[in-house]
Amino acid sequence: MSPTAAKARRPLATPPVAASPFPYNPGSLLSVQDLTLDALSHLLARATALENQDPLTRARILAKRRIALLFYESSTRTRTSFELAAKGLGADTTLVSSLSSSIEKGESLKDTGLTLRALGAEAIILRHSSSGAPWLLEAETRLPVLNAGDGMHEHPTQALLDLRTMLAHLRPGAEAITAETLSGVTVSIVGDILHSRVARSNMLLLPRLGARVLLCGPKELLPEVAAQTGPGVEIERDFEAALRQSQVVMMLRIQAERLAGLQLDLEEYKAAYQLTGQRLAAHAPKAVVLHPGPIIRGLELTAGVADGPQSAILEQIRNGVAIRMAVVERALMAEQEQGGRA
Amino acid sequence: MTALVIRGGHLVDPAAGVDLDKDILLKDGRVAEIASPGKLKQAEGAEVLDATGLTVAPGLIDMHVHLREPGQGYKETIATGTAAAAAGGFTAVAAMPNTFPVNDSPEITRWMQVPERGASIRVFPIAAATRGSKGEAINDYAALKSAGAVAVSDDGLPILKDSVMREALAAAARVGLTVIQHAEDTRITHVADKVAAMNAGPTAFKLGLRGWPNEAESGIVERDIRLVAELREARAHLHVAHISTAAALAAVRQARRNGLRVTCEVAPHHFLLTDEHVGLYDTNAKMCPPLRSAADRDALIEALLDGVVDAIATDHAPHAVHEKEVEFERAPNGIIGLETALGLCLRWLHHEWKLPLGRVLSLLSAQPAALLGLKGRGTLAVGSFADVVVFDPKAEWTYNARQGKSKSHNSPFDGWTMQGRVRWTISEGRIAYDAESA
Repeated sequence: MSPTAAKARRPLATPPVAASPFPYNPGSLLSVQDLTLDALSHLLARATALENQDPLTRARILAKRRIALLFYESSTRTRTSFELAAKGLGADTTLVSSLSSSIEKGESLKDTGLTLRALGAEAIILRHSSSGAPWLLEAETRLPVLNAGDGMHEHPTQALLDLRTMLAHLRPGAEAITAETLSGVTVSIVGDILHSRVARSNMLLLPRLGARVLLCGPKELLPEVAAQTGPGVEIERDFEAALRQSQVVMMLRIQAERLAGLQLDLEEYKAAYQLTGQRLAAHAPKAVVLHPGPIIRGLELTAGVADGPQSAILEQIRNGVAIRMAVVERALMAEQEQGGRA
Repeated sequence: MTALVIRGGHLVDPAAGVDLDKDILLKDGRVAEIASPGKLKQAEGAEVLDATGLTVAPGLIDMHVHLREPGQGYKETIATGTAAAAAGGFTAVAAMPNTFPVNDSPEITRWMQVPERGASIRVFPIAAATRGSKGEAINDYAALKSAGAVAVSDDGLPILKDSVMREALAAAARVGLTVIQHAEDTRITHVADKVAAMNAGPTAFKLGLRGWPNEAESGIVERDIRLVAELREARAHLHVAHISTAAALAAVRQARRNGLRVTCEVAPHHFLLTDEHVGLYDTNAKMCPPLRSAADRDALIEALLDGVVDAIATDHAPHAVHEKEVEFERAPNGIIGLETALGLCLRWLHHEWKLPLGRVLSLLSAQPAALLGLKGRGTLAVGSFADVVVFDPKAEWTYNARQGKSKSHNSPFDGWTMQGRVRWTISEGRIAYDAESA
């Protein structure tokens, strides 16, 4: 054997990564990746059907079923919209928040989940500051768990309502979702990508429908590895260049609570990344402007843009209720439809 | 003490250069005689262990374990931890000092070794390098050594300050001890109240977890090597614990070429798993240093095969079930490893990657014995301690963490296929583990 041949070692077999056991419950929505395109189509159709249904008829769908909202982080939109969605279907809801419960006394997530289950909760909607918390809760309770935002990880219902909003503008009347539904569409996500669960869920969802996702922001808030999240995801640091390519512009808030000592010059940030009326008119006069909220007027976007004709921010919020009705319905009906699961 | 004969086995003793069928007589805690099958001269009256078809080797030595005593007996005790060790074929373990209180005194060092602790094999304490492992003031190494400490380390935490690390290396060298460094630049991995939870990279980004970059390890290793070079005359010995990155390995490799006394150990989880094994927040895949990228893992395998790695050590780190059943970020670091090390090393290093059995056993015994200066261990030459493992090299079995001897079950290898089943573990002539009566 020649010295070079001896050096070129054959690739070594190494232990494989085991297949994921999640979700344990077919009603759970932990990640946007749990949904097939068929399931997505079905959810979007149900959202529309439920929205248009007579409220009294609708309220019989989950009449008196018990749903717990477990919130370890503050929330206005997501909490209220999940609550209205569940109540719209007739379910009884109860809210447990970390500041007014035994969580303050040191109760673990597992024990809080088991307690809610023992109290008769048939599904848990969880908002948590730790990435991955919904997976733990689902594994321990085996209930349908709806991820209402976990740390810096995912916020699947937000991505679904974003999708519904985009489709209404770009593909009105589209029925079924396919891998080409958003072909030719570029969506820019701008700002604090690093700490954003909304960005991650959208990055994982939109390319599956054919969209191209451009991530835009400074290095501190958008590390290079973000481009390796999956196919169809790219980085474009020049905001105006990103705008020029976009049919949809999603602005994000800087998450001061997760910065962990990171120092940012806000004036510099605004100069480079603030969405102003002038920028929008010059570079993306037809783009739909989205924002998951809460918005900080005068920081990531100006008041004029937030309230302007291209803004779909309030539509997003309205879509949230419809989407969450469909997701909550699925949580409690999935098991029945599949005839249970081992 | 009764005498024991191990008959009919195949002796593999890499330190003595033996790889032959041999019968062995153990007497008074020592190896008394080795002879060709059936040829022992002094075996009269000895109890006989039939090792036909089995491999007989020097007992394994794990230079990096956490036995949790004093202070955290709910995770593990010296008795349960050494029972797990014996079941895994180990006859000696070196216990890290991050106990409660920290083992930074001759009193605790002695306390860990008294018979009341119920150890079934030998426990060699590693004492804290600095008072309370706070990284500020170094301890009295001479006193710790005479109490039985075999090395010094602040494991779990790094010795960060240049001046303190230099002083530790110099003081340890004066009394003939090694400084074992937990190479983690906590100025990078702990920012404000946020602690890195896994390896930095695409997987951490996808999972929304804060990343522990490779430089936080390699930077400390490089700094330490500079200090060892400055202390070349003093023959300072740096040992890098649980090395996990290609960059740190490259630094160690270069230091050795430069003739410095720099050694390192690798844990089985680091050469087998990658950050992708974290899956969806499996807290049994959370340890410090974290599981790394495939490129780092491959560099570790390469370094094991080409000899840059000096020892395999498990970093056995038991945690109670309730401590690991929490949000990933909140879960404590570490996994147990004593009962899976041999099975994993034989399955992967030997069988799959073709490292000769003698080399595998040397990394698990003779080499750690040499690093810690354990005289008469890591070999079965006549006159050595009667520390022996007898195992069936061909047996395949499935690991069930809950059925193990450790008090804790936190292992990512639960359900994995292992190769090589321990039949007996003999510690200083006494049977410490017998598979048939276990």
